Amino acid sequence: MKRFDYARPADLGSAIATLAAAGDGTRLVAGGTTLFDLMKLDVETPGRLVDINGLAELRGIDTGGDELRLGALVRMADAAEDTRLKADFPLLSEALWKAASQQLRNMASLGGNLLQRTRCAYFRHGEPFACNKRNPGSGCAAIDGANRSHAFFGGSDACVAAYPGDFAIALIAMDAVIDVEGAKGRRSLAIADLHRQPGARPHQDANLSPDEIIVQIRIPANSVGRASTYHKVRDRESYAFAVVSTAAAVRIEDGVVADVRIALGGVATVPWRARSAEQALIGRRLDAETAAEAGRIAFEGAAPLNHNSFKIELGANVVRDALIIAAGRA
Amino acid sequence: MTTDRQDDVNSDISGLSRRDVLKGGTALGVLAVTGIDSHALAQIGNPSLPAAFRTEIEVSFRVNGDRSSLALDPRSSLLDVLRDQLGLTGAKKGCDHGQCGACTVHVDGRRVASCMTLAVQIDDLDITTIEGLSEGDDLHPMQQAFIDHDALQCGYCTPGQIMAGVACVREEHAGSPQQIREYMSGNLCRCGAYPGIVAAIADAARAMEG
Ligand SMILES: Cc1cc2nc3c(=O)[nH]c(=O)nc-3n(C[C@H](O)[C@H](O)[C@H](O)COP(=O)(O)OP(=O)(O)OC[C@H]3O[C@@H](n4cnc5c(N)ncnc54)[C@H](O)[C@@H]3O)c2cc1C
Ligand code: SF4
Ligand code: FES
Ligand code: FES
Repeated sequence: MKRFDYARPADLGSAIATLAAAGDGTRLVAGGTTLFDLMKLDVETPGRLVDINGLAELRGIDTGGDELRLGALVRMADAAEDTRLKADFPLLSEALWKAASQQLRNMASLGGNLLQRTRCAYFRHGEPFACNKRNPGSGCAAIDGANRSHAFFGGSDACVAAYPGDFAIALIAMDAVIDVEGAKGRRSLAIADLHRQPGARPHQDANLSPDEIIVQIRIPANSVGRASTYHKVRDRESYAFAVVSTAAAVRIEDGVVADVRIALGGVATVPWRARSAEQALIGRRLDAETAAEAGRIAFEGAAPLNHNSFKIELGANVVRDALIIAAGRA
Repeated sequence: MTTDRQDDVNSDISGLSRRDVLKGGTALGVLAVTGIDSHALAQIGNPSLPAAFRTEIEVSFRVNGDRSSLALDPRSSLLDVLRDQLGLTGAKKGCDHGQCGACTVHVDGRRVASCMTLAVQIDDLDITTIEGLSEGDDLHPMQQAFIDHDALQCGYCTPGQIMAGVACVREEHAGSPQQIREYMSGNLCRCGAYPGIVAAIADAARAMEG
């Protein structure tokens, strides 16, 4: 591992000043379960680390007012167990406890979770494989290589790496907002605008500047989150990234769908909202047939690679099942 | 803005915990060494001051109740510090990437993957390893249950399984075999001793709660 220097600022203002003064090659570290992992592989090679675990401003879960606020340093395990999350947003709790292991969830922060990097084996492995995300301009070994776990939505000629996280899939279904603070002050962005599709610059995962720190995640209070699920299909029963997953939430009024949210994991370069499938359900009864139809619509327009076309049928079934599970919680 | 920050400083000071005081002490020490003048010292705690980068970090913590103080290269993992610097080789290195659970230890009572833990982050915290689980010759109920159920073959994963199992029970995630399997899924066993492991944890849960 490359040598690095380490600083641990005591509060948010100091952390921003530390980042601003440090310049290029500086990274933030929270739980370290993505960053330290990739540093051991020499995929990430920062010369300086700024440890944000001392920042009290990034802690705590707060349900006051008309939104739920989750500090960026809240650990996955703690958010997963939160009774308010379990009651009002079961999809959020489920997306957390179905991710990683309890050891990792005790360490990993929600902010770090959003910014975890792809599990593309060529990206992680390094030389001799080409990878535009790791080494811009070198090519992409996955497009004609082993791409079973890669994305068929949102990819480009430069990169088809799947976004691996679960929590952001559930958050995008709830229209969450991210508050960030940097040298230029504080701003808010929709979770849908946090992650970047690779386009011609796959090395840039997120729409954040290097001096910006995620402070908190806000979820607007709503009446659709209660009847919800995060349905995750894996190669083994537990402790694996999603092959395909669906965050689904539904509100039924007078026997028909009044509001529905569908988001997909494991198949896209960014958290993926299936809006046309949602649209197709509004005003209709939710039953096995309409749920299956929504599943098919969710995967229309997929551009499958050599090894992942099976996820179109599998994914449609996962969406169908997720909708039925969510409706059963109403 | 400035007044807001000033207020923050004041409330920070009034809310100082023992840990903050300890950390403040470390920061003062470093500033003194690097020769920053007393004017700068007076500004400690000013939120807009950048924190100092260091190549070697003084870390002080307790392992199984014994205090340790070490000057660490920030690249060190907690696992490597335990094994290579403190001679506690109970926690095993299976994968070194958070994937197998063989390195599981408790930090302030919570189970973590020590291979993925930056050792500089455990300053002032309490670590428990498999070496600290028994009370003298009296085995912890989880250790006894692993023996009773023959819950191992080669034994390489066992220290991690036992530390994870103890935490699993304390977290109240050992209510059924199904829940045990879910919350122990971060601990792989190459020998496939899973049936014995699940039975041992269910048994130990009764002993620990009883
Ligand atoms: C074996 C294994 C299995 C896993 N399985 C799953 C899974 O099934 N599902 C899943 O979703 N995840 C999974 N993960 C990923 C895991 O959830 C993430 O590694 C973790 O959530 C990252 O959080 P962290 O606090 O450790 O981040 P860090 O490693 O500390 O940081 C990650 C990135 O985020 C940046 N960052 C951190 N906090 C902030 C902030 N507040 N503001 C701005 N930038 C920030 C860092 O600079 C870094 O680039 C797995 C990981 C491992 C190792
Ligand atoms: S898919 Fe993206 S991350 Fe994977 S090899 Fe291609 S460029 Fe790299
Ligand atoms: S050695 Fe830490 S999880 Fe495998
Ligand atoms: S007993 Fe051999 S790896 Fe578990």
